[in-house]
Amino acid sequence: MSYALAHALIAIGVLIAILSVAAGLIWVERRVLALYQDRLGPNRVGPFGLLQVLADVVKIMTKEDWIPPFADRTVFVVAPAIVMVTTLLAFAVVPFAPGLEVVRLDVGLLFFLATSSLGVYSVVLAGWSSDSKYSLLGGLRASAQMLSYEVFMGLSLMGVVMQAGSFDLVEIVEAQRRLWFCVPQFLGLVVFLIAGIAETRRLPFDLPEADSELIAGYHSEYSGMKFGMFFVGEYVGITLISAMLVTLFFGGWLGPLLPGVAWFAIKVLAFVGVFILLRAALPRPRYDQLMSFGWKVMLPLALANLVATAAVVLWIRG
Amino acid sequence: MFALLRSMWEVFLHAFRKRATIPYPERVAFLPPRWRGRIILSRDPGGQERCVACYLCAVACPVDCISLQAAEDEDGRRYPEFFRINFSRCIFCGFCEEACPTCAIQLTPDFEMSEYHRPNLVYEKGDLLISGPGKYPDYDFWKVSGVAIRGKGKGEGVEERPPADPRGLMP
Repeated sequence: MSYALAHALIAIGVLIAILSVAAGLIWVERRVLALYQDRLGPNRVGPFGLLQVLADVVKIMTKEDWIPPFADRTVFVVAPAIVMVTTLLAFAVVPFAPGLEVVRLDVGLLFFLATSSLGVYSVVLAGWSSDSKYSLLGGLRASAQMLSYEVFMGLSLMGVVMQAGSFDLVEIVEAQRRLWFCVPQFLGLVVFLIAGIAETRRLPFDLPEADSELIAGYHSEYSGMKFGMFFVGEYVGITLISAMLVTLFFGGWLGPLLPGVAWFAIKVLAFVGVFILLRAALPRPRYDQLMSFGWKVMLPLALANLVATAAVVLWIRG
Repeated sequence: MFALLRSMWEVFLHAFRKRATIPYPERVAFLPPRWRGRIILSRDPGGQERCVACYLCAVACPVDCISLQAAEDEDGRRYPEFFRINFSRCIFCGFCEEACPTCAIQLTPDFEMSEYHRPNLVYEKGDLLISGPGKYPDYDFWKVSGVAIRGKGKGEGVEERPPADPRGLMP
């Protein structure tokens, strides 16, 4: 009984924490982006503009929630929920600290890959049901991008799995007690980071949105809180990819002095910072460049990493 | 690849640069004296209205936001009976200031004139008149012009010669 209660508490706590972090990230991103662009960013609402998110929520809630008459109503309404559900679902297996995870699965890593890939349905369905050419182009791009980047995203993680000898995320973290996997699996880290950016549709790979060419891509017909769901879903996605980077390559909760959760949070926030810096610094590639980069550079790299890791692991075991 | 990392580093260094933003209500940007803001009507050094109601500003105005009615007082000086500027139409181009022959209408470096109700943006003569001479402290149109008013006949202006006698034979 008490075990079940504790479990439920952890689940609710994780949910609240993730959602508030994702909401807070909206403010963080705007302030940090402003920092890189010699501006100040939102600093009016509340101390340091912290209540900006609250003001945005009030605004977005009171906005007209418009569904275009030509849209496919049901799918149009369901699509934004999918991205939230799938990315939040993936958090179920993330180990925040020893014993502090919603559920410990033997195939935690596969569960993460599966749920995070499901998120693309949200984008594709949103683009399809909006029945507008920009949205459709955005959805098409998202599906093609996801297909090509999902392949080596999984492959790049197999090196970690081989070294740790398990798909269980807790065991993967424990296997990094001596040395974080970012050193022996550096290639895997680079490939996973790039695939992760593409997975969250963040700026160097934000072709599904591409404000300058597709208006806003798949969510150009969305307004009000439905648009807000896409928005928050994107930040939940960033947090998820950062959390997975930390878990798989940077020793999860491992670290001296501070408690495990604190280390985890610090590392995740550092990676969120990298995501924001990427957005500030890098231009968007052309669509064919994105595709050829994925298939001709990243996939061979991931395969080479896989083969090399396998060879080394076999050689060490003798 | 190296170029990407380098540009990320350069962008990161921008975090320590000087901010370009001026947090406005607390700190106000410098506005040069010739900045074209709120329009005023100035007075001459004697303290009387400079405007002679010649309508040139109203003619020059590209958006027709100036409206006035000429009148003449007992001294023979022309003045505007009413002078009205609709600031909800004004584009602050400064053509009225350039057109004004008496330096009466001037633009000032002030832009904080928001209102909640649009009719409040229509400024009457009382709102426009200031008590000083504005940008041209010594200029007095009636003193330098050849027009006769009470207390100053033709040819009595500053640096003005008496009018020539059209019937005289001297060259």
